[in-house]
Amino acid sequence: MSPFLPAFSHFGSLPLPSEIVEHLLDRSAERSAQRERQAATGPAPVLALEDITLSFGGVTALSGVDLSVRSGEIKAIIGPNGAGKSSLINVISGIYRPDRGSVAIDGRRLRSVPTERLASLGIARTFQNLALFKGLSVIDNIATGRAYRSRTSFLSQIAGLPAARREREAARERARQLIAFLHLDAYADRLAGALPYGVLKRIELARALAAEPRLLLLDEPMAGMTVTEKNELAEFIAAARREFGLTVVLIEHDIGIVMALSDSIAVLDYGRKIADGAPAEIAADQKVIDAYLGVAPENENGDGI
Amino acid sequence: MSIITLPLPSSAGLVLTPKALGIAALLVVAYGVVPFVGSSYVFEALLLPFLALSLAGVGLNILTGYAGQVSLGSAAFMAVGAFAAYNFNLRVEDLPLIVSLVLAGLSAAAVGIVFGLPSLRLRGFYLAVSTLAAQFFVQWVLTKFSWFSNNSASGVIDAPPLTIAGLSFEGPVGRYLFALAIVTVLTFLAHRLVTSQTGSNLIAVRDNETAARIIGVPVLKTKLLAFAVSSFIIGVAGALWAFAYLRTVEPAGFNLDRSFQILFIVIIGGLATIRGAFLGAGLIVVFPLVLSRAGAFVFGDIFDSGVLDMTQRIVLGALIIAFLILEPDGLSALLDRLRHRFAAVFGRA
Repeated sequence: MSPFLPAFSHFGSLPLPSEIVEHLLDRSAERSAQRERQAATGPAPVLALEDITLSFGGVTALSGVDLSVRSGEIKAIIGPNGAGKSSLINVISGIYRPDRGSVAIDGRRLRSVPTERLASLGIARTFQNLALFKGLSVIDNIATGRAYRSRTSFLSQIAGLPAARREREAARERARQLIAFLHLDAYADRLAGALPYGVLKRIELARALAAEPRLLLLDEPMAGMTVTEKNELAEFIAAARREFGLTVVLIEHDIGIVMALSDSIAVLDYGRKIADGAPAEIAADQKVIDAYLGVAPENENGDGI
Repeated sequence: MSIITLPLPSSAGLVLTPKALGIAALLVVAYGVVPFVGSSYVFEALLLPFLALSLAGVGLNILTGYAGQVSLGSAAFMAVGAFAAYNFNLRVEDLPLIVSLVLAGLSAAAVGIVFGLPSLRLRGFYLAVSTLAAQFFVQWVLTKFSWFSNNSASGVIDAPPLTIAGLSFEGPVGRYLFALAIVTVLTFLAHRLVTSQTGSNLIAVRDNETAARIIGVPVLKTKLLAFAVSSFIIGVAGALWAFAYLRTVEPAGFNLDRSFQILFIVIIGGLATIRGAFLGAGLIVVFPLVLSRAGAFVFGDIFDSGVLDMTQRIVLGALIIAFLILEPDGLSALLDRLRHRFAAVFGRA
């Protein structure tokens, strides 16, 4: 039944003429059909890559890769070393310009992503090899994640005008919240140059989150970490998604973490996408097992060598 | 998150850290004691060049220390500042001296932006070489077009009397106070800048340009701003050098040697510290005097001015190599280390 009918029944004591009732029923049926169609296709994906091809000299890093990331999901990209995972992230963040194909952010197609506007498009990222500012304190590193929002001139900052002070305080407040969220309190005022690796990875995550992005790109955020640190960071990522309503694209080698953390997984091999789906499907996919997950040794007795 | 409110100390709003107290004490001595006890030699040979070079060091430090853009054109920006202040003062009637100085800084900033444009494409060594262009170009223009030195045959300009709002700053003490006031104000503003968000942006561009661009730091704007602010300060330092210290200058006084001298001040003093510029300038100014006294004392007459000049260069060169290897963070870091060691010793006692 249409939700409209009880509402219309309030008009006077006379029942509505039958043709009008029919018309109203028609309209509402139309609408619910529309709603159903929308639910089936979903809203436009936060990020959609189409036919991305990228080569360096004669070496093809990516060829014809399509990728679609739905709002709110954690999408993992896995694959052997040199499969093109980082290249893909670098295409999304505009560091590499693809030879062919397009990137669509929130349904807007871009030939190449303007790096300097990435933050204002709602995208933040971390780097495979740390890219912190080692001459800044931890809190300033994180607060600089909001630099793209700054609207005050350097003169008003020197003069300490109210707008500049509010802006600075807002950035530091956000940084302090993230420091608490990621348990970095012990390091807040230390220079980023002199801290242990696992902590630096967390600071980079905090800096990316400081921008309040909708889409977070994480390039091997757990590389080189101990098992405990990895599990901790995985929990932080899951918590960050819950807390801030993020969509996450994650490159990670630890297959256990990937299976537990992600909603869907894309597998790259030699620059091509060889599989894309839910973790369970990927784990059972023969091509993925051959290329990446590995097979149980079949030649235990020395046969076939 | 819970907010813990602590009862404010009686001096609410005023933060009395040991550091702030130290600076306050220094200022009291500089303004209240030195003018009364210093001899004319101390002002002319030590304090005036020290102040002008310190300010130039502060300026270069913003560009090279904080923003990481190497420049070998500092003397050119000093020259622009000095000659611009001279010409504004000469050609615009009744222009207050302080306005000429600000305009001189702005002229230097404009030239700085022009010669900073290559920094948008070049880095490190290549950028340093391109800033050399500023060094040679500015010196050439000032020598070639005698209009800049009011058609004086030798290209030498004479400084106007130093008066601000009816107050005359003549004599060594007056010029010292004049320079000190300007250095204090600009250093304070420079400190405000480097601790602001813009200051963080400078360091971000220096430490990782790609990451800075990706998180949305306006990299191009930040680099040009660094050139502009740095050149502004160096320009005013040049005007002080000409007006308060030497009183008569020619374009040749702002040569490549001067540019290197300022770069050494920044390296020896400590990159990316305001304090380092003062420590470095102090060393550069005092060191030749100490060397000449010590040389004369040990070697007697053999240690003439030629030998002194040579020894100076050798020792300075050795000093820079030693600093780069042993203490890349300069005198400023050395001072911190000593203070911690003293604190540890006295803490244990």
